[in-house]
Amino acid sequence: MQTEQWLYIGVFLVLAPLLPAAAILIPRLIAPRKPNKIKQDTYECGMETVGETWIQFRVQYYIFALVFLIFDVELVFLYPWAVAFDVLPMFAVLEGVLFVAILIAGLVYAWRKGALEWR
Amino acid sequence: MIPLSWYLIFAAALFSIGLFAVLARRNAIVILMGIELMLNAVNINLVAFWRYVNPELIAGQVFAVMVFAVAAAEVAVALAIFISIYRRRRSVSADEIDLMKW
Amino acid sequence: MNLSNASASLNAILPLVVVILWACALLLVDLFITKERKGLTALLAAIGMLASLIITLARLDLEAVVFNGMVTVDGFSNFLTVLFLGSGIVAVALSYDYLKRMGLEKGEYYVLLLFTVSGMMLMAVASDLIVVFLALELLSIPLYVLAGIATPRLDSEESSLKYFLLGSFSTGIVVYGIALVFGATGTTSLAGIVDAITAGSAGMGLLVAGAAMLLIGLGFKVALVPFHMWTPDVYQGAPSSVTAFMAIGAKAAGFAAILRIFIQAFPALSVDLTPVLWVLAALTMILGNVVAIAQRNIKRLLAYSSIANAGYILLALVPYGQSDVAADSVASALFYLLAYAFTSFTAWSVVIALEQVEGKGLELEDYAGLSRRYPILALTMTVAMLSFTGVPPTLGFLGKFYVFRTLLEGGFPGLAVIGVVTSLISAYYYLRVVVYMYMREGEPQAIRDPWLYIAATASAICLVVLGIFSQPLFAWASQAMLH
Repeated sequence: MQTEQWLYIGVFLVLAPLLPAAAILIPRLIAPRKPNKIKQDTYECGMETVGETWIQFRVQYYIFALVFLIFDVELVFLYPWAVAFDVLPMFAVLEGVLFVAILIAGLVYAWRKGALEWR
Repeated sequence: MIPLSWYLIFAAALFSIGLFAVLARRNAIVILMGIELMLNAVNINLVAFWRYVNPELIAGQVFAVMVFAVAAAEVAVALAIFISIYRRRRSVSADEIDLMKW
Repeated sequence: MNLSNASASLNAILPLVVVILWACALLLVDLFITKERKGLTALLAAIGMLASLIITLARLDLEAVVFNGMVTVDGFSNFLTVLFLGSGIVAVALSYDYLKRMGLEKGEYYVLLLFTVSGMMLMAVASDLIVVFLALELLSIPLYVLAGIATPRLDSEESSLKYFLLGSFSTGIVVYGIALVFGATGTTSLAGIVDAITAGSAGMGLLVAGAAMLLIGLGFKVALVPFHMWTPDVYQGAPSSVTAFMAIGAKAAGFAAILRIFIQAFPALSVDLTPVLWVLAALTMILGNVVAIAQRNIKRLLAYSSIANAGYILLALVPYGQSDVAADSVASALFYLLAYAFTSFTAWSVVIALEQVEGKGLELEDYAGLSRRYPILALTMTVAMLSFTGVPPTLGFLGKFYVFRTLLEGGFPGLAVIGVVTSLISAYYYLRVVVYMYMREGEPQAIRDPWLYIAATASAICLVVLGIFSQPLFAWASQAMLH
C-alpha cells in the first residue's frame, strides 16, 4: 500500500516536467516562424499596452488596500459563526453581533477620516 | 498517514527561513515577509499538533485562526509605517534608516 | 457557556470591558471634536481609565476563574491592573501639554493609549496562552503606532519601524514557543499544562524548547540583554510621553506574562531554566548599567537604565522553582515594578518638561543649572535618580532590598552580589545628572505645565513617603501570590 502510493508520486515526478517540456519544444522545432511587430507585442487580453510596465501606483490605493485587508481577514471569525449560527448558544450569537459592531465602528472611523474618498 | 515529525520539520524549516530573512536581509519589506513566514510556520505547527496530539480540543485550530487574523492587523500597521517612511526617504532599507545608531 | 455564566464572566473583567468599550466609543466621539479642543479627548480618556480604576479598587479582593479557565482574576491581576490604569492616567497627564507643544495633537493618540492599556490589563488576567498572545498583540500594535505618531518627524518614524520589526519578530518567537508548548501538553491553558506535566504525559523536550522560546520572545519585549538592542533607539526616537508609558507599561506587561507563565505553569522546568535566568539577569544588569555610563542623551540614558532595571526585576524570578520562595518571588517582582513605575514617571516628567521642539533639550548639558531656575524640577529629578540608584528611604531602595532578599532566600548569593555591585556602578551615571543640575552653570529651559508638575511632584512625594511607609504596599504585593 505504502510503496504503491510512492510509485504514483514517482510516475508523476517523471511525467510532470516531460509534458510541458514537450509542449514547448515541439512547436519550436516544427512551427513556421514569421515575426512582426504586433506579434512581438506584450499580450494583455487583446488590448494595446500603454506606457511603461514598471510604474508606481497612486498612493491612494494603499489605504483602500489596508482597510480591505483588515475587513477581509477579520471575516475569518464570522464564517464559522455564520455556519453554526443556529446551534450556537445565545451568548456566542451576541458575541458575533458585538464583533460586527466593532468592525462597523472601525468602518465609520475610516469613512469619517476620508479614507474611502478618492482624492 | 504522514508522521507528525514531518510537519514539525517542515514548520521548523519554514521558521528558520523566516528567521534568516529577518536577521540577514536589510529591506524592511523582506523582513516583514520573513516575519510572516515565521507566523505561518507557527500555524502549521498548531494545526499539526491539534490533529495529532489532541483532536478533540478545538483550541489548536482556533489559535491558528487568531494568529493569522492578528498577523493581518500587524501587516496593515507595518505597511502604513513603511509607506510613511518611504514617502520621505525613498527607501525602506534598514541600512539607510540610521538616524540613530543601532 | 450560558447567559448567566457569561454575565458572571463579563462582570469579573468589568474594568477591562469598560476600557475597551470606552476606547471604541472615544474613537468615534473624537471624530466630532475639533482640532483645537483635543484636551477634551484627553480628559475623556482619563475619565474612562479613572472609572475602570475605581471599579478595580472597589473590589480588590475579587478572585474568579472565568471564560472556561482562560481568564483568572486574582490578587496578582488586580495589583497589575491598578498599576496599568494608574500609568495610563499619568501618561495622559504627561501627554496633553507635550503633544500641544510638539504639534502632535491627534485624538487617535489617546484612543491608542486606551487600547494598549486594555491589552496590558488583558495580559494581567490571562491564564491561557491564547489570551497571552492576544494581549501581547493588543498592547504592542497600538504602541508601534504611538511610537511613530510624531510623523513626519524622521526619528519618530524610524523608532516606530524598529519597534515594529523587532516587536513582531519577538511575537513570532513567542507564538512558536506557544505552539511547541501546545504540542508538548495538548493544551494551551496554564492549569492544563501543569496537569499534563504532573501526569507525566507532556513531551519534556518540546516543552523546554517551547518555554525557552517564550522566554526569548518575552525577553525582547521587556528588553533583557542580549535581546535589548532595539531599546535605546526606540526610546530615543519615540515622543517622550510615549516612551515614558512604554518604559513602564510595556515592561510591566511583559513581566506580568513572564511571571504568570513561568511561576504558574513551568515550575517543573526550573532545573533547566534557572541557570538561563541567572545568566540573563546578570548580563542585563551588567550591560545595562555599564553602557548607560557612556550616554550623554538623557533619553538614551533612561533607556539603558530601563534595561538594567529589567535585570533587577528578573532577579526576583531566578529562584521561582522553589515552592517556598515562589510567593516572595512574585511579591518582590511586583513591588519592584511599582517602585520602578513611580521612579520612571518622575524622571520622565522632568525630561518632558525640559524637552524642546526638534529634539532639543535632551542632552545632559541642558540640565546644567536646573536647580537655580527650576528648583522643584531639580528636586524631583534628584529624588528619581536616588530612587533609581537605590538610596534609602526611597521606594527604589526597598524594591531592590526585597528582590535581593528573595534571591538570598533562594540561595543565589553570587547573583545578589552582582546586583549590588552593578547598583553601585549605576550610582555614577544617575548621580552625574544630579551633579549637572546642582553644580554646573547653565541656562536650562523648561515649561510650566500644571499637569506635568502635579504628576512629577506627586510621584516624587510618593517615592519618599511610600518608601518610608512601605509596609502596607508590600503586604498588598504579597497577597498577590499566584496559585
